Amino acid sequence: MQPFRQLDYVRLDDSLSNEEKLARDTVRDWVSERFLPLVAEHFEAGTFPMEVVPELADLGVFGPTIPEEYGGPGLNNVAAGLIYQEMERGDSGLRSFVSVQGGLVMYPIFAYGSEEQKRRWLPLMAKGQAIGCFGLTEPDFGSNPGGMLTTAKKDGTGWVLNGRKMWITNGTVADVAVVWARAEGKIRGFLVEQGTKGFSAPEQKHKWSLRASVTSELVLEDVKVPGSALLPNGEGLKAPLGCLTQARYGIAWGALGAALACFDEGLSYAKQRIVFDKPLAGFQIPQQKLANIATQITLGQLMALHLGRLKDDGKLTPAMVSMGKRNNVHLALETARVVRDLMGANGISLEYQVGRHLCNLESVITYEGTHDIHTLAIGQELTGIQAFR
Amino acid sequence: MKIVATFKRVPTTEAQAKVGGDGKTLDPAGWQYMASFYDEIAVEAALQTKEKHGGDVTVLTLGPSEASKEVREFLARGADSGVILKDADPAARDPRWTAKALAAKVQALGADVVFTGRVATDRDNAAVGPMLATYLGWACVTEVVALEISGAAGTAQRETEHGVETVAFSLPAVITCNKGLNEPRRPNLKGIMAAKSKPIAEESPSDAGAQAVVLSVELPPARKAGRIVGEGLAGVPALVDALKNEAKIL
Repeated sequence: MQPFRQLDYVRLDDSLSNEEKLARDTVRDWVSERFLPLVAEHFEAGTFPMEVVPELADLGVFGPTIPEEYGGPGLNNVAAGLIYQEMERGDSGLRSFVSVQGGLVMYPIFAYGSEEQKRRWLPLMAKGQAIGCFGLTEPDFGSNPGGMLTTAKKDGTGWVLNGRKMWITNGTVADVAVVWARAEGKIRGFLVEQGTKGFSAPEQKHKWSLRASVTSELVLEDVKVPGSALLPNGEGLKAPLGCLTQARYGIAWGALGAALACFDEGLSYAKQRIVFDKPLAGFQIPQQKLANIATQITLGQLMALHLGRLKDDGKLTPAMVSMGKRNNVHLALETARVVRDLMGANGISLEYQVGRHLCNLESVITYEGTHDIHTLAIGQELTGIQAFR
Repeated sequence: MKIVATFKRVPTTEAQAKVGGDGKTLDPAGWQYMASFYDEIAVEAALQTKEKHGGDVTVLTLGPSEASKEVREFLARGADSGVILKDADPAARDPRWTAKALAAKVQALGADVVFTGRVATDRDNAAVGPMLATYLGWACVTEVVALEISGAAGTAQRETEHGVETVAFSLPAVITCNKGLNEPRRPNLKGIMAAKSKPIAEESPSDAGAQAVVLSVELPPARKAGRIVGEGLAGVPALVDALKNEAKIL
């Protein structure tokens, strides 16, 4: 495989700090050297390469913005975004693994957990010695998580959990699950450890998307947890949604990584492939396709970078993140489709990356708030009228 | 131990060579830069020496301010400080000028050992290391592929055209590092953050006097297109004939 050349049409690199570039390049090199040679095989087999987890931990990508005090590297949000971009340039399954660990498990423990929970879990998770998963979605409640049926009933000083969660990344391989449940009328988060009686996490098989990622069901049947399992400092739907804002921010960057991988592959293919005695890239229709997707990617890069700077300044709102996630995943999926087409029959081969990204992005456009739900979030922000119901 | 590793910021291997308008320099438009390959090995050798024997590592370069990116990366890998001898036009410096300017700084730093790459991947002179040792009046071991330091002395293996040579040397010394000595480490994100608080000094190099000046640069002539003399077994006689009578190598 040729070395990756990132599209940087408007020299956005010049607006990154040395640390930001270095964080990106470090992860980029790792993905190229260590992950890309493995991923196609795992995608076909439907497995996640667990053997890379210690290397990911050594790199320090779990919870990149978590302060050093709790075992994280304490990076800014632009550097974190660039890391997600590089991870998803590898595969959406890799970025999902890292986003769930950092954005959906370490973040809620950091933001809503007790000091004891933070001290216990964050260093272990930063080192990859504990894997986490996030249980919010249920079989019948995806876009409307507030309708969840999972309950937590007070039982002496502890709680008893009952319910089912579905489409949970890393569920089967997780040591700890952040489970959201209705407790005394309010939505609360609980840390449920693997091996707790009544708790199981069977893997969901037969996916044709995110195949290099473990997706699971979480089954909770009279699961007793101690009072110390409750995340004490977050309640109501805004707590899990706060986590999703973190993860969606990562996706706005991650999707760019998938798009950049497809664009790079499509561009070099078009330059090398000879049709009618000249390179494919020398014809007007392929050039128009390349010009269109390059423009969309560039606009997406501008948005992601700006959102990152706003996040570092504490000015980022969930409605802004909705626009970033919606726009960038959409452009990535469009890029993958265009490049798949540009590459003709080769575009469907797993020898190339584009087909894998294309399949993955069909999940990414649905999870963490579907494209349509983010449309309505933006609509509500603009009009002040909610149109979800 | 005071350990210094020197490096040169060079164009990446993908950089296309194009002669500039003045006919004396290469046009750097569109180039990306990196630390020279063998200098990465030198920095790794410096870090491993620190880990074994204690002390601290200063990364030293003669180059533009932009070299701070590479210095930061080495700080992220574990070096303790960086010094950039600021030179807006380092490509114009000849090896002697560079070596003399570096020697002055190495002396000021009070180094016990200097590691550098066996050659910089842009100009291909392989001269700065030995010249640096000469200016310092130190021992010099070049093209090192294995190294053992203990106390104020060490042994090293050099890869030569005639085989591997094992040599003993005393400190202070300049060691030029070859491929095979080590595998440079990757920085991690914690290291990158830790590097933010490590010092990088930018100073003017001391004037090292006159230097050789490039008069003109020409690219090698373009290669002639190849010729297919035949296909499969049937092509063999024609190929043998061409190798014998045209290329005259059989």
